Amino acid sequence: MTQTIIWTVSVLTVLGLVLALVLFWVARKFRVEEDPRIDEIEKTLPGANCGGCGFAGCRAFADAAVKAGNLDKNYCPVGGNDVMKKVAGILGCEIKEAAPRVAVVRCNGACSVRPRINVYEGTQSCKVKAALYGGDTGCLFGCLGCGDCVAACQFGALSMNAETGLPEVDEEKCTACGKCVAACPKRIIELRAKGPRGMRMFVSCTNKDKGPVARKACGNACIGCGICVKTCRHDAITLSDNVAYIDFEKCKLCRECEAMCPTGAIHGVNFPKPLDKEAVKKRIAERNAKEKEAANE
Amino acid sequence: MLVSPSPHLHSPASTNSIMRDVVIALLPALVVMILFYGWSAIIVTAVSCVSCVGLEYAISRWLMHKPSLFNGWSALVTGVLLAMNLPSTTPWWIVFIGAVVAIGVAKMSFGGLGQNLFNPAITARVFLLISFPVAMTNWAMPQGFIPAVDAVSGATPLGLIKEGLKSGQTISEALAASGLDVHYVLRDLGASGGEVSALALVLGFCYLLVRKVVKPWIPLSILVTITVISAVFSGIDPEHFTGPNFNLMTGGVLLGALFMATDYVTSPVSNLGGVIYGIGIGLIVMMIRYFGSYPEGMSFAILIMNCFVPLINRAFHQKKYGRS
Amino acid sequence: MNKLTFSIGGIHPSDSKISRGCKIETLPLPPKVYVSMFQHLGAQAKPVVAVGDKVKAGQIIAEPGGFISAYVHSPVSGTVKSIAPRKDLAGFAVMHIEIDVEGDEWAEGVDLSPELVTNIPEDRDFILDRIKMCGVVGLGGATFPTHVKLNPPPGKTAECLILNGAECEPFLTSDFRILLERTDEIVVGAAIMQKVLGGCRCVIGIEENKPEAIEAVSASVARLGFPGMSVATLKKRYPQGGEKQLIDAVMHRQVKSGGLPIDVGAVVQNVATSLAVYEAVQKNKPLVTNTMTFTGNVVPPERQHNYLFRIGTPLSFIAEQAGGIPENAVKLVSGGPMMGKAIANLEATTVKGSSSILCLGDETRRHPETACIRCGRCADACPMGLEPFFLKKLYGVGDTDALERNAVQDCIECGCCQYSCPAYVPLLDNIRMAKAQVMGIIRARNAKK
Repeated sequence: MTQTIIWTVSVLTVLGLVLALVLFWVARKFRVEEDPRIDEIEKTLPGANCGGCGFAGCRAFADAAVKAGNLDKNYCPVGGNDVMKKVAGILGCEIKEAAPRVAVVRCNGACSVRPRINVYEGTQSCKVKAALYGGDTGCLFGCLGCGDCVAACQFGALSMNAETGLPEVDEEKCTACGKCVAACPKRIIELRAKGPRGMRMFVSCTNKDKGPVARKACGNACIGCGICVKTCRHDAITLSDNVAYIDFEKCKLCRECEAMCPTGAIHGVNFPKPLDKEAVKKRIAERNAKEKEAANE
Repeated sequence: MLVSPSPHLHSPASTNSIMRDVVIALLPALVVMILFYGWSAIIVTAVSCVSCVGLEYAISRWLMHKPSLFNGWSALVTGVLLAMNLPSTTPWWIVFIGAVVAIGVAKMSFGGLGQNLFNPAITARVFLLISFPVAMTNWAMPQGFIPAVDAVSGATPLGLIKEGLKSGQTISEALAASGLDVHYVLRDLGASGGEVSALALVLGFCYLLVRKVVKPWIPLSILVTITVISAVFSGIDPEHFTGPNFNLMTGGVLLGALFMATDYVTSPVSNLGGVIYGIGIGLIVMMIRYFGSYPEGMSFAILIMNCFVPLINRAFHQKKYGRS
Repeated sequence: MNKLTFSIGGIHPSDSKISRGCKIETLPLPPKVYVSMFQHLGAQAKPVVAVGDKVKAGQIIAEPGGFISAYVHSPVSGTVKSIAPRKDLAGFAVMHIEIDVEGDEWAEGVDLSPELVTNIPEDRDFILDRIKMCGVVGLGGATFPTHVKLNPPPGKTAECLILNGAECEPFLTSDFRILLERTDEIVVGAAIMQKVLGGCRCVIGIEENKPEAIEAVSASVARLGFPGMSVATLKKRYPQGGEKQLIDAVMHRQVKSGGLPIDVGAVVQNVATSLAVYEAVQKNKPLVTNTMTFTGNVVPPERQHNYLFRIGTPLSFIAEQAGGIPENAVKLVSGGPMMGKAIANLEATTVKGSSSILCLGDETRRHPETACIRCGRCADACPMGLEPFFLKKLYGVGDTDALERNAVQDCIECGCCQYSCPAYVPLLDNIRMAKAQVMGIIRARNAKK
């Protein structure tokens, strides 16, 4: 009995020692030399591995940044400027600060204004639906409402509004990673600059049909009338393919276009006061009259 | 008007109709069991079915908050199979524990129908066999609605022979000591309630074959494997190894091969995979019976082969067009 | 008699050929036709007429937009009203030529007489040119330009022309009707194609549920006496009319994954295509008419029709002529119920490949999806030997490598898997997406090479 115990103990001890030596040798022999900054940067990053930066994950981002030695091609939209400054500190280089961005849904064709012309009955996936046909409304460009973007969002920032049938962005949670942009087969989601205190203007429609067709399909459609282009004094609005687009770098947030838009396709969000359309219209009319007088003189 | 991707038609078959067919196929054997064992069998069956269906409903509705997971017919299949796997003398609370293990542990904790790795009814049976060995192996004197002339009570023939072999007797000595003889055993088939009538089981299985609910490959390969192995061994030494007839007709082999091993969720998809799976079950059953310490091994064999199903599914695919 | 069939998978849906007894009726001319520029596989056709032009029936109004493309002809005589995008039956905007119908005057050189012409022109190039100039495309569903298919690449020869009269889709009866009513013309069309393909043999495959057609075609083949032509009875089994399945059934050969039928010496043409080839070559009549079925199990028997229609006739006009869409129809389908497309827009127009308007009732509604129970029915049903339940799972996790290894690109989208799934899992919806994704990856890889 005692002998068995002694044997067992000694055999296991010797085995353990031998294996420890083997492991030690392997660890020394096959050690991979890695820049410690990679680990450091990876720790600094948010760790969501969302791929919003264009790399496979946070590790790949850190790897690429250390290899390049600068941050020209790396920007983490989730961490934003703060994280990027820290990363730059580790690498000892400069960064270009980018304006924080947010996902914007460019469709305001709620169920109430966009009549359904048929009923879709298949897999609830925008991708499947878009491949099958033009959609259950007359609008070929608008939201299909199956929520692929909601499923794609890792941050829980998107949700379907049951009443409008459109996705809504929670700006607090949105990190502008761009997953929803890629998931939307109709390409209606755009990453736009957040704007000062979140205030921004955008055309919430991508319908390229001619005015009457677009109007028939959706009461809130951009009909390409061009009134906003004429109204804007900052050259911020362009019209192509029957749909207006606001350049957020040029936009001065005067909200005149929003007041003048006949269909309500232009949206201004996060402004402290609601828009008094009549007052703005009056102001524009007065200004136009004055300018006319000046021109006549 | 509706718009949807093709195809625009669907076959009349549904999961419900399939499960309903399985219940119908089990009915003849259930009726025979009730005729033999009487009220006690009715009570076991009722408790088992009601608690299985009730538990599945309760768990899917209030625990998992996914009422869509509830499939009454599928739970009923588990309930009937569990009842047929239990002696008619089993107290109601043991039956209920069995239902909890079958539905709660083996099925719903894996995610419900289609997700479970192990056959729920067999998991429950094995759980009960280990937890309550006496209640689970002692078979009652059949006291049914039709008098069974040759009826006996006590341990199952498989158990008797196993005990006898363990204590160094030969098969004939063991049977003689217990007052049974092989022919008698075979005629009475006094093992588990459900296998009282092999004929009723085969009849039900034929119904499933006709309805194209199952394919015959899995049961066939199990039964053929068992026959071949027991023929070889008993041919060499009939005093220590039981023969094919005995092995096929006892210990839930038929019930297991026809109705439990063929469970869709826990068996391989491809035909060839099914054959491999069946041969595996047959081999393990016979190994347990001949060399193991348990008298019968069908439940263990099916559970063990259930573990291999994902691997078998990965290894065996069906023939693809134009890719030979 | 030895009945032929394919070796893997397949299903047996009820054949529901309700309109099989309805003779082909000629549909009256609509007040306006809209001719799509996208009626064939390949590049979109380019209009060669201008708004205000007077056109005659059979006159070319658009020319091919590429090597794989086809001529488009005016189906009627009248004035070009507009050339503009218009919604097709799926609701997508496609270029259409709108023509106001003014009478029925045909272009010169078109032979409208009913006499059968059995003398086949000797010159192969002449025949191919006629087929091309008459805008003939495959009418079995894929609308692949026929002159391209009948002209195998150098080094490859056709051993067997298979004429597809299987019509394995439930409900459809237009192929059956033309096999009965225009038997001789179809047989001559087949002989023309045999000649173009260098005198290969020809097998006309017809499913066993059309005994009258088998009898009529057999009699016609015997009477006309073209060499190397025979009729084969096929088992009633879906998708018997699938190109790859038909080759397997008739020639016992399988087309390699990614390969073409000509690789195993086969050319498959639909019987309606054969009729179009006959009219093009023997009568110089362009493909401006086709046969379609107006049917469905919510359509009363007296309103079931087989129509000879001018291509470009709006679907709504046809429905009107047939007495309207029944009120209890919940879905309209163009094509068969297994592979046809749901009609999202009844104002859309007919195209060369239109084969039916199918009015389906409540039985077409989808059931809510339940959990897969791995019964393997989808894998048993798949005529390509795939494992649809597994492919759907792989698509769910986005494993494109495994999808390619498991041959998702071989899927022929026949719908057998989804039809047979007892858990109502939308298998094909997902597999179609997976296939598109993997095909994209394969194409990108090949382009790199």
